Amino acid sequence: MFGLTALELARIQFGFTISFHIIFPAITIGLASYLAVLEGLWLRKKDTVYRDLYQFWSKIFAVNFAMGVVSGLVMAYQFGTNWSYFSSFAGSITGPLLAYEVLTAFFLEAGFLGVMLFGWNRVGPGLHFFATLMVAIGTLISATWILASNSWMQTPQGFEVVNNVVVPVNWFEVIFNPSFPYRLAHMTVAAFLATALFVGASGAWHLLRGNDNPCVRKMFSMAMWMVLIVSPIQIFIGDLHGLNTLKYQPAKIAAMEGHWRNEPGAGAPLILFGWPDMEAEKTRYKVEIPRLGSLILTHSLDGQYQGLSEFPREDRPDATIVFWSFRIMVGLGMLMLLLGVWSVWLRWRRNLFAPSGFLRFATWMGPSGLVALLAGWFTTEIGRQPWLVYGVMRTADGVSNHSALALSTTLIVFIVMYFAVFGTGVSYMLKLVAKGPGESGDASPSDDPGQARRPARPLSAAPDDIDPALNQGG
Amino acid sequence: MGIDLPLVWIIIIGFGLMMYVIMDGFDLGIGILFPFVYGREDRDVMINSVAPVWDGNETWLVLGGAALLAVFPLAYAVILSALYLPLMLMLAGLIWRGVAFEFRFKADESHKTFWDKAFIWGSYIATFSQGLVLGAFISGFKVEGGAYAGGLLDWLTPFSLFTGVGLVVAYALLGATWLVMKTEGHLQQRMRRLGRPITLVVLATIVIVSLWTPFAHPDIATRWFALPNLFYFAPVPLLVLLATWGLLKSLGTEGHAAPFLLSLGLLFLGYTGLAISLWPNIIPPAISIWEAAAPPQSMGFTLVGALFIIPFILIYTAWSYYVFRGKVKAGEGYH
Repeated sequence: MFGLTALELARIQFGFTISFHIIFPAITIGLASYLAVLEGLWLRKKDTVYRDLYQFWSKIFAVNFAMGVVSGLVMAYQFGTNWSYFSSFAGSITGPLLAYEVLTAFFLEAGFLGVMLFGWNRVGPGLHFFATLMVAIGTLISATWILASNSWMQTPQGFEVVNNVVVPVNWFEVIFNPSFPYRLAHMTVAAFLATALFVGASGAWHLLRGNDNPCVRKMFSMAMWMVLIVSPIQIFIGDLHGLNTLKYQPAKIAAMEGHWRNEPGAGAPLILFGWPDMEAEKTRYKVEIPRLGSLILTHSLDGQYQGLSEFPREDRPDATIVFWSFRIMVGLGMLMLLLGVWSVWLRWRRNLFAPSGFLRFATWMGPSGLVALLAGWFTTEIGRQPWLVYGVMRTADGVSNHSALALSTTLIVFIVMYFAVFGTGVSYMLKLVAKGPGESGDASPSDDPGQARRPARPLSAAPDDIDPALNQGG
Repeated sequence: MGIDLPLVWIIIIGFGLMMYVIMDGFDLGIGILFPFVYGREDRDVMINSVAPVWDGNETWLVLGGAALLAVFPLAYAVILSALYLPLMLMLAGLIWRGVAFEFRFKADESHKTFWDKAFIWGSYIATFSQGLVLGAFISGFKVEGGAYAGGLLDWLTPFSLFTGVGLVVAYALLGATWLVMKTEGHLQQRMRRLGRPITLVVLATIVIVSLWTPFAHPDIATRWFALPNLFYFAPVPLLVLLATWGLLKSLGTEGHAAPFLLSLGLLFLGYTGLAISLWPNIIPPAISIWEAAAPPQSMGFTLVGALFIIPFILIYTAWSYYVFRGKVKAGEGYH
């Protein structure tokens, strides 16, 4: 297809399916923790705003979760179907980590999800809160294992290669490999931030339409606090992550910065914009700030770091892509910081909820967290190329022997199906968001434990047309 | 270490796969039976009976994949790349039906029938491809130099097509008997009536696979029919007949849980028969569990977690079923 080789098609297929997938777990991680906080506040303060928000967001969570599950199922099998040589070579390390993820996280989420979504009136409030907590903890455990595995592929250690198979020698070193703590922190915070921006945008959208009620205000305010606090933390973690990458994957940093070679005795500039040309080994049309690159990466004005030309051609990641994906992520990060600072300024002026350019800005920033997350993911994964396991196995050596025809066919099927299925799912999520929290039509289940019937799974968009009488209890 | 790690692991993976077959079996079966039930309310009840648990059921499939990668990476690599197309087909089916659970309740009235169809087609395609995978697995794989050496379509044989259809019928039986247990009234009666012919077809399928497999694979025939093995294994077909008889009887009378339990027994016996035929190979026809095993460091590390955590998983899974116990009534539950 389009003259692409089987290897390129396999990479596109994996990249496509994982990019779609990653969006849903990120929102799942953020929303699960948000729901746990809401339910905790409801139990503590008995303010119905928190309960109504819980009911509202858990419906959206349910749709998102289902999409995360089915798109994740594909990932668990794609390692074997598309990357069989990688699986037989490194499965002895990535396999156990994945198995632990299933055992400790997936079952925990799935086991308690039913009670969380459908059990509001089947179990007591304490037990229900416990179920929500287990789901939230499960999402975080899941992120931990999968990022341990991914980080090991980036910065492998604690193993030896025997008979062309990876043999784990020290599991502690495997799991706590050098990039793992930074990647875990960066990704988890990215999930929280993306969710906060999504929740915030939902609130801002309702406020702009004049749908001003305590629930909308509460969720908007909570989201803006989150953005204010978390975005600077994220920038700080990102900086640490970058320094870690410079130490262990210098070629990736050189590509991200479009940095080809050092001038003797001079610090490296920070290239703001430009077009890295892989053939000519230089960055064209660049706009740069002298010495700032050195300052950021070496924390000194004339520090030097390796340029991309210093690496053999066959070991260079594609700088044109990662240079730009990195800038998209950082640029959006700066806008998030601006959003947070602006919100606290308006809060101080007691004008947070009035329709304004700020609300429009907050609405537009809704998808920015997910876009930044994907851009960052592209940066780190494409920056790892041409290696599959960094310095140990090349991507070209890990791919299965499928023909370009087989891969093109399945790729087309995946693209059509993913856009149809997940496009529809996302539109349902947005429709649910558009209904807004705290409306009278919202299912507010009874809190009377003596009630024998199970009025509603609080969480379906269509509770009302079945038996409206059941929803008047709360 | 004195423990035979590959042996312990094949038991765990076998257990996980069996959990998957029986648990996702009945919820896939519900999708398979969907075309035979027309009323919107009845269909809602059918979905509601599995909505709180289907996700957990499917997790056993993910465990199967992950555990295979962890402890038999060679088998994972060979089998999954050999079965590329049927597995992709299975995943496509599971995607459609997985989202249909949620989407059919969120959709506009005009789109609801679309998601019902997606649920039906997804269930059929996922089950049929699992049957294809099963048939191809029994038939074995061509391996050279530690990698799959066959073609893209080697899995496509009359035998695998037959096991594909066979699994659809088997899951339909699990679905029908599950609904006998979880519903009442006319829906339950309908399932009782559907259950009896399905049982007979399942029995016929088991008989045909049991004859076809040894006929096509002489070494499997030797395993079953050589003395004294024949005496050890003879209870399996006898128990199959006994279970079928009990199943037909309980479907006709007032049994509620009995048909489901008996069909679980029937499927378990079929599963046991397969295990006897294929033992000890993880990549039939020639690579054993010991040859395909991961380094002991990987198996041991994962085993600690598996032995410690699986009991907890079983406990809270059972608790979740307990919370949603009893008959599902129309208009209640999912929405």
